[in-house]
Amino acid sequence: MKFSLSWLKDHLETDAALDRICDTLTALGLEVEGVEDRAKALAPFAVAHVVSAERHPNADKLQVCMVDTGAGTIQVVCGAPNARAGLKVVLAPVGTTMPDGELTIKKGVIRGVESNGMLVSERELGLSDEHHGIIELPDDAPLGTSYAKLMGLDDPVIEIALTPDRADCAGVRGIARDLAAAGVGSLKPLSGGHIESAPVKGAMASPVGVTIEDLAACPLFVGRYISGVKNGSSPRWLQDKLSAVGLRPISALVDVTNYLCLDIARPLHVFDADTLAGGIVARISQAGETLKALNGKDYTLDDAMTVIADRDGVLGLAGVIGGEPSGCTEETVNVFIECALFDPVRTAATGRKLGIDSDARYRFERGVDPGAVFESIERTTRLIVEMCGGTPSDLVVAGAEPKWQRQITLRTARVAQLGGVDVPVAEQKRILTVLGFAPAVHEDGHITVPVPSWRGDVEGEADLVEEVLRVHGYDKIPVTPMARPHAITRPAVTPRQRRLGFARRTLAARGLNEAVTWSFLSAATAVHFGGVPDELRLLNPISADLDVMRPSLLPNLIAASGRNADRGWADVGLFEVGPAFRDGTPEGQDIVAGGVRAGAMVPRHWAVPARPVDVFDAKADALAVLEAVGAPGGNLQITTDAPGWYHPGRSGVLRLGAAMLGRFGEIHPGVLEALGVKGPLVGFEVFLDAVPQSKKKAGTARALLKLSAFQPIRRDFAFVVDQSVEADKVIRAARGADKALVREVAVFDRYQGPGVEPGKKSLAFTVTLQPLDKTLTEAEIEAVAGKIKVAVEKATGGVLRA
Amino acid sequence: MVDSLKAEILGAIGATTDPAALEEVRVAALGKKGRVTALMKDLGGLDPEARKARGAALNVLKDEIAAALNQRKAELQGAALAARLESERLDVTLPARPETEGRIHPITQTIDEITAIFADMGFTVAEGPDVEGDFYNFTALNIPPEHPARQMHDTFYLPDAPDGAKRVLRTHTSPVQIRTMLANKPPIRIIAPGRTYRSDYDMTHTPMFHQVEALVIDEATHMGHLKGAIIEFCRAFFDVDDLPVRFRPSFFPFTEPSAEVDIGCSRKGGELKLGNYGDWLEIMGCGMVHPKVLANCGIDPAKYQGYAFGMGIERIAMLKYGIPDLRTFFEADLRWLKHYGFLPLDMPSLAQGLAR
Repeated sequence: MKFSLSWLKDHLETDAALDRICDTLTALGLEVEGVEDRAKALAPFAVAHVVSAERHPNADKLQVCMVDTGAGTIQVVCGAPNARAGLKVVLAPVGTTMPDGELTIKKGVIRGVESNGMLVSERELGLSDEHHGIIELPDDAPLGTSYAKLMGLDDPVIEIALTPDRADCAGVRGIARDLAAAGVGSLKPLSGGHIESAPVKGAMASPVGVTIEDLAACPLFVGRYISGVKNGSSPRWLQDKLSAVGLRPISALVDVTNYLCLDIARPLHVFDADTLAGGIVARISQAGETLKALNGKDYTLDDAMTVIADRDGVLGLAGVIGGEPSGCTEETVNVFIECALFDPVRTAATGRKLGIDSDARYRFERGVDPGAVFESIERTTRLIVEMCGGTPSDLVVAGAEPKWQRQITLRTARVAQLGGVDVPVAEQKRILTVLGFAPAVHEDGHITVPVPSWRGDVEGEADLVEEVLRVHGYDKIPVTPMARPHAITRPAVTPRQRRLGFARRTLAARGLNEAVTWSFLSAATAVHFGGVPDELRLLNPISADLDVMRPSLLPNLIAASGRNADRGWADVGLFEVGPAFRDGTPEGQDIVAGGVRAGAMVPRHWAVPARPVDVFDAKADALAVLEAVGAPGGNLQITTDAPGWYHPGRSGVLRLGAAMLGRFGEIHPGVLEALGVKGPLVGFEVFLDAVPQSKKKAGTARALLKLSAFQPIRRDFAFVVDQSVEADKVIRAARGADKALVREVAVFDRYQGPGVEPGKKSLAFTVTLQPLDKTLTEAEIEAVAGKIKVAVEKATGGVLRA
Repeated sequence: MVDSLKAEILGAIGATTDPAALEEVRVAALGKKGRVTALMKDLGGLDPEARKARGAALNVLKDEIAAALNQRKAELQGAALAARLESERLDVTLPARPETEGRIHPITQTIDEITAIFADMGFTVAEGPDVEGDFYNFTALNIPPEHPARQMHDTFYLPDAPDGAKRVLRTHTSPVQIRTMLANKPPIRIIAPGRTYRSDYDMTHTPMFHQVEALVIDEATHMGHLKGAIIEFCRAFFDVDDLPVRFRPSFFPFTEPSAEVDIGCSRKGGELKLGNYGDWLEIMGCGMVHPKVLANCGIDPAKYQGYAFGMGIERIAMLKYGIPDLRTFFEADLRWLKHYGFLPLDMPSLAQGLAR
């Protein structure tokens, strides 16, 4: 919403400075987005008269001018070719800072001749690129007058950002009213001069009738016919007003409607009545109807838009834009004025569907003042007749003014209770009065107000509290510290939430970088990760690449890994902790820690052999997350039934009883190919909420540590087993052979080749025995070794290697 | 004679250059057939007086030789060790074995910082789902169907739930307020950080971003408290003690009165600096929870009141850490993560400081 200061002063009696007006607007909630104030920079420049101009004694291209400033005559040296005696010019006196902020004019001596100022060009004032000579003013330009004022540049233009609730401030008058409430001047009465609204007497009945088919879409339509108008240019004052805010003056009839739209937030339309076929009807559009709009574009309508139509078809989109064929031209003689109310929701929807932003829509979707329809059409009539002549008809009225009258009670104590600042009752009353609420103060401290027709946004007591507070000033609300519920800060996160942080920082410490990737991806990619149910397909995706909710964290991380590789960074470690989606219910999302590694796990290095990432890196990551979040490590089982996006022979699933805690593995090469990413690439997913939370039943104390006084004993074993026998089976058998003594079983070698028959493998491991109450004898050690041999052979069908 | 022998043997000891030669000198002097040993054997043929004197002299000689042998032995061992260590010299300017440490994403770090600050003001962290019913995302927040305010958000829609309810990706974290109020009785004091979604993608918008929402409901909290909490937060988070904070009236359907919050800044020379420089930068919206929202959540607005505010996490992270482009947060570019990310052990706390 843009308006000029002079326009504001049509409605506001004030001598407040521009800065104060702007600060107050922002403090009122009418945020000033920008001010164009050319007068400020141009303030020192004034009209002067060159009395004489003589050649500079020491320079061919310079002249010595005697300049009359109105307050005296000074000598100025000037280099402009057009400087001459008798010329009215613009003078920058000594001390002037030029608009570029860099040059300040000083008293000086130029080639031996004193100079006391500068005669300026348009470019030097930042007005244009014109720099062939100094500005030449008309002869009648009054001496000493501000140049900005002379040129009409002293009218700053203010632009405010309007919140959707403030329909009233979509007009200059509403803004003036707010400023008056805040003490910046007083609101002028809305009468007299060009804003007169007294009823105009009709000279005839309107030959154009109006009917409304849908009163919800158009509750009230007031029209008037004016015959015999002459549509020419609008007067200078109106053109200046519109130009200042960036609207191009078109013709008197159009300019009048634009003026009232901005002045009192009243969008109007004027038809060329001679183009109308029969009466006017406000109705809902039929699908397929078309309109050539005033913006020159053609629109095809659906079956839910409010239109103004005649017998032949659609004339305009109600509250949005008029049609070109029925619009006014220079040749227009008879007009029909439309001043109506339209449903804000439907108006907004129409504008949105067709992509039309107009000044009318801006106001109708916020809500046009339902109580001002009649006075607005009178005002419009008066302006048109004043500018274009013509004979007005009686009003044509269809529908009725909707009931907008309502009363609200404000308990004056609520301002302090809710706002935290005491505003005296008299001040509350004053604020509401100036805002147009006509408050009545009762003995019990309540204020009842009728809500004015232009404040459809004020619905309840809290709204009135806001009115009082914002006018009183949010800055006057004393800052109050929050009372602390506890002397010492309690944890803000639950143990469950805390685990997410553990997972993140553990993975980062392991060399993975935390990524945050989209929660969505393409359906084509999702297919490779189990797909998504229809309920997770976005109805309005931003692009086909991002059209379903992700079923897994891996695809976006794999894609990110590929992008890094494409940029030349092939050794990638990325993780993310975030949601994966199973279905569309609130419970249908899992919090997952997922990660990928690609390229070299150990890069080429002088001291250690390079090594690509492999499944055991992903396994270690998954296990580290599980340990960090407190999964009971000893009871984990690993199965080899990972889903299809993993390499079937190089992946595993981590289980705890019936619960799946996570999975890891090489990503299936077919999936990588489909995603266009080079392998090998390994990944893992840990389902954090599947990990049981540790129970804090016995407080914070740990189980008592029992240390053995006896040395542990280590024995190595090697078994030849079938190639298919899993190491885990061997380890479990060895561990189970003597649960009291066997503390640890660590595999240190896995061998296939000469000495081991094909189809078999040798697994070697160290068993650590931890005696608790005495040193073991050799015989006792041998006995345990024997039990291990029997247990492993029985469990695996393998044999102890000699 | 003893003196000359002593000089001779000590000379021989000093002349040795390796442990074997030294051993030879020892044997030649003190061994069974050694020269000093031989002299000791000759003592028997002397008269007692002479034997006593000579014996004492020989014992002194023996001790001196033994001491010289030990000293020389240590010298030789030291030299040998030095020689060995010299031969073991490595180029320690070679790089150490590779280790990698990852980084924590600025969004995580910022959420942890926000949590640390609000924990100190007695808030706890609440959560809600990303896929929301439109009741929670809109209706309960006093944004009725077809209200123009719904157009303020470019909402992503999912197919309707089986019961006909509309499903959306939450456009803000405010539905967590609703879930919290429906599930808990006042007093309530929560923050809700999380992912949010709007259908917008350009220089300054991404279809997914993060917000944090705060909600306080009790019988006495008013706008003065709202100002207090936000000012404290802004100054602690941005680490600027005198950061100016301004409250401007604004409009949100779910608060009344409503405000937008600006912090002081300077944009001189195209560089953004936070502090008391006279210019303003908008960072969040806030207000007193609308009575209709309370009522929608089964909380009596005649008895309870409170405030809510919300802000963009990426936005304040960009301001605090000088990150120029929102879109880069989600690109998972390793160079970016290394540069703008945080060390895993750099856990924000008020005790340790929120930022290094």
